[in-house]
Amino acid sequence: MSKNEGLIYRISGPVVTATGIEARMYEVVRVGHEKLMGEVIEIHGDQSVIQVYEDTSGIRPGEPVLSTGQTLSVQLGPGLLTQIYDGIQRPLQTLEEVMGVFITRGVDADGLDLEKKWDFVATAEKGDEVSGGQVIGTVQETDTITHKIMVPPKSSGKIKTIKSGKFNVTETVCTLDDGTEIRMMQEWPVRHPRPFSQKYAPDTPLVTGMRILDFLFPLAKGGAAGIPGPFGSGKTVTQQSLAKYSDAQLVVYIGCGERGNEMTEVLDEFPHLIDPNTGKPLMNRTVMIANTSNMPVAAREASVYTGITIAEYFRDQGYDVALMADSTSRWAEAMREISSRLEEMPGEEGYPAYLSSRLAEFYERAGRVETLNGEDGSVTVIGAVSPPGGDISEPVSQGTLRIVKVFWGLDAGLARQRHFPAINWLSSYSLYPQSLNQWFRDNIASDFPEVRTQISALLKVEAELQEIVQLVGSDALPIDQQLTLEVARMIREYFLQQNGFDPIDAYSGVQQQYAMAQAILTFQDEAKKAMAAGARLQDVVNVPARTELMRARFAEGYLEKIGGLVDAMVVEIAATAEAN
Amino acid sequence: MTSKEYKTITDIKGPLVFLEKTEPVAYGEIVSIRLSDGSEKNGQVLDTSDDMVVVQVFEGTEAIDRKAGVKFMGDVFKLPVSKGLIGRILDGAGRPRDGGPEIIADENADIIGAAINPYSRQSPHDFIQTGVSAIDCCTTLVRGQKLPIFSASGLPHNDIALQIARQAKLRDSDEEFIVVFCAMGITAEEYNFFRSDLERTGALENAALFVNLADDPAVERLITPRLALTAAEYLAFEHDYHVLVIYTDMTNYCDSLRQIGAAREEVPGRRGYPGYMYTDLAMLYERAGIVKGKKGSITQFPILTMPGDDITHPIPDLSGYITEGQIVISRELHQAGIYPPINVLPSLSRLMGSCIGEKTTREDHKKVSDQMYAAYAQGRELRGLVAIVGEDALNERDLQLLKFADIFEDKFLRQDRDEDRTIDETLNLCWDLMTNIDTKYLVRLDQELIEKYLPEEKNA
Repeated sequence: MSKNEGLIYRISGPVVTATGIEARMYEVVRVGHEKLMGEVIEIHGDQSVIQVYEDTSGIRPGEPVLSTGQTLSVQLGPGLLTQIYDGIQRPLQTLEEVMGVFITRGVDADGLDLEKKWDFVATAEKGDEVSGGQVIGTVQETDTITHKIMVPPKSSGKIKTIKSGKFNVTETVCTLDDGTEIRMMQEWPVRHPRPFSQKYAPDTPLVTGMRILDFLFPLAKGGAAGIPGPFGSGKTVTQQSLAKYSDAQLVVYIGCGERGNEMTEVLDEFPHLIDPNTGKPLMNRTVMIANTSNMPVAAREASVYTGITIAEYFRDQGYDVALMADSTSRWAEAMREISSRLEEMPGEEGYPAYLSSRLAEFYERAGRVETLNGEDGSVTVIGAVSPPGGDISEPVSQGTLRIVKVFWGLDAGLARQRHFPAINWLSSYSLYPQSLNQWFRDNIASDFPEVRTQISALLKVEAELQEIVQLVGSDALPIDQQLTLEVARMIREYFLQQNGFDPIDAYSGVQQQYAMAQAILTFQDEAKKAMAAGARLQDVVNVPARTELMRARFAEGYLEKIGGLVDAMVVEIAATAEAN
Repeated sequence: MTSKEYKTITDIKGPLVFLEKTEPVAYGEIVSIRLSDGSEKNGQVLDTSDDMVVVQVFEGTEAIDRKAGVKFMGDVFKLPVSKGLIGRILDGAGRPRDGGPEIIADENADIIGAAINPYSRQSPHDFIQTGVSAIDCCTTLVRGQKLPIFSASGLPHNDIALQIARQAKLRDSDEEFIVVFCAMGITAEEYNFFRSDLERTGALENAALFVNLADDPAVERLITPRLALTAAEYLAFEHDYHVLVIYTDMTNYCDSLRQIGAAREEVPGRRGYPGYMYTDLAMLYERAGIVKGKKGSITQFPILTMPGDDITHPIPDLSGYITEGQIVISRELHQAGIYPPINVLPSLSRLMGSCIGEKTTREDHKKVSDQMYAAYAQGRELRGLVAIVGEDALNERDLQLLKFADIFEDKFLRQDRDEDRTIDETLNLCWDLMTNIDTKYLVRLDQELIEKYLPEEKNA
């Protein structure tokens, strides 16, 4: 028996032990007569411990195990976009064609369509000196995305032949002097970050169209954010909003241990949604990975790596990529499950001791980089966390918070008050404003950071006042503090609340966000003036123009109207002083 | 294939039997154990290797000794399924319990159940009218949804589940549900209550019952819901039925899971429950839904009792992360004498958005539901404040909201166990009740709806 064939010794759930193969760590092996896909995760002497990506019922000791010599890899090339994959890059559509509606096992499927012909346009020429990461040609993959064909990271040399034309992804489009053949498809091991020249400090915000995020807690392109929240607080809705409206050029959406029906909703909805930044269907810029909670646990563990490798591949082409992982807790639980089958010594709450280093490694794959070909690309990672009972002192939340610079804390209490997005403005934070302020000054308004400071200060003061109100009632407060409460209420109801299901309100440009914040501050100033001149708070608050200002945000062309609405409000507020 | 009988048991521990020197045994294979008195017990392989096989015995290991004979049946657990399941009562391992004949199988279905390809699912969007205002208005149920009832001991969750089973229908349709009822470790009394109610209403003829009672083997509970769901899948996807699966009590199921975990000396997760409980529960809950190209559907109503009324306990917590919302039963409301004591505030239906509105229920549904919810939430909050500062400190708006909370509970939540309100009745009732609040405080409703629906005397 050769060394790449062994026998099953033991089966315990998704963990299989084999003897007789000389496998390397993380090598992909084929298990049993049905050739189920698995990965070596531990080696004890002659025994290799394998996590299997498919259900192991009915497999017996003594069945064969084959090693493949490869580590778990994804296929990268034209055909990734608009695809929906499972955790190990098998297209769900292909699986449906082969197996029907239920996912059975033992089926292999290529991540890319190997037959489809693409229009390859060479951009390099014969005789050019090229190295890893350099673009040698392009394929117009969808309306919005031009797929750049790159020299694989480890190759370099002088181009011997290159030709434009129709090719499938496995045909050679270019050869180098040393005989290296370059195809449109490359393979890359998922657990290994793709190389780049250097990492930059982020300086551009990822505009999401959600006011509370962009305005108060901005995320930089190339940054990492965590969204922890108990169930029902709107993690998934927030993640989906980001996938829809953020101004990344490409989106990789990982449904990791998610609900089947929810995934289906995304799959149904995305093809019909229009990208507000390009006017083209959103699906054109999206790659989806769906590994629902009842699909094999080992594939769930792999799904985040599959996703981030695809994201890095597009980053290397010079794109700004946003990756949403919903939810990283399910990924961590998959690690815990496998670890417990391996009988490893558990760390906190049964999670493996390496949990936090795995989380760190994953988030560290985010970043704004100079690619190997000298372009600027970024991967922004937004990970949802589902802490048990909503208590973020648990290991996954804590491990995440130590690494990410943006924390968007979802709050069950706000969700219960139907305040959406239910992001708590007191507990959330972003460490990026310093590095992004220049961008906001240059592109939106020179006093943008100051306006932001005023708005967040008002919210902080409100929180303090609310404590007093809880004890004595709002009528007991002095009149100027009552006004502060009204202004803060306006910030909450008009600015922070945003209806993700309303076609207009769901997306708010930064310019409009700034105008709305300014309108609130104007209201405060004018109200103070009028009240100093004898107006009653109640009259000031109830001026019709203010209600109109707030309501009109659901109508089209709001940004253009704000100026006029604010002017009308100023006039009416001034009138309340005269009426008294 | 193997009909060989082994007498090589080495250890017996809790529900587990360990044996050695077998021929290769498949993971998940069904096992039959013959005791010295000739009786038989069934089990399933949990761990298999060349040296040792671990078998989990469904009926418990009582009276098994090291001389017992163990046979491996060569196949994984399967349930014989056919349309003949309808109207039958089976025990927790799928054997007839009603004295009737064995089920004549059209096919034998693997009870583990494969995952539905997310790409092959169809988004649920058919509104189910349950006739219970709190559910229809605020946590609307959709066909193909899994919506658990989070309850606690001593609360009337069974009545609510039965009322829903009785009344659930599609609007403007007589199409009825087939009920698959799965009992896990409930008392004989509770079971009789369910059965007699189903009998009384004639629903039993359209139901299949899988029953594992409190004194039945605990380990058997781990397969009972899988049998029920396998039957449900068969009826829904092979015979186009709309199936409503009610299973109770998930807490007993999870405790059995913990028991097995402990016996295997696994590293426990939170509160001693195994680390894979999320995946295990998902493999049950996710067997709900509708698939493309099939007419039938599976809607799930799991009932679980929260130990110590604690919603952060691992069982409700993990369930909440998998299911599409939850209906929370409140002890406080129950003690106030309100039936159904549904606390709408922590209750949620994630699929509600896809099934309400002009085309399916009524144009005002979303906004009315938001307004009722918001007003009630604020009213409840004010109760806390009033307890400290007294009603005098409240302004007019707050006073109205405070009163509204009482009206909401008394008129909207409260209804009879046989009262079946249509969605129109429910929504009209909402409008009637909202006359107790000044129109200018109804900020979540727009003028158009107010003019159209708010009763005249108030509008004037």
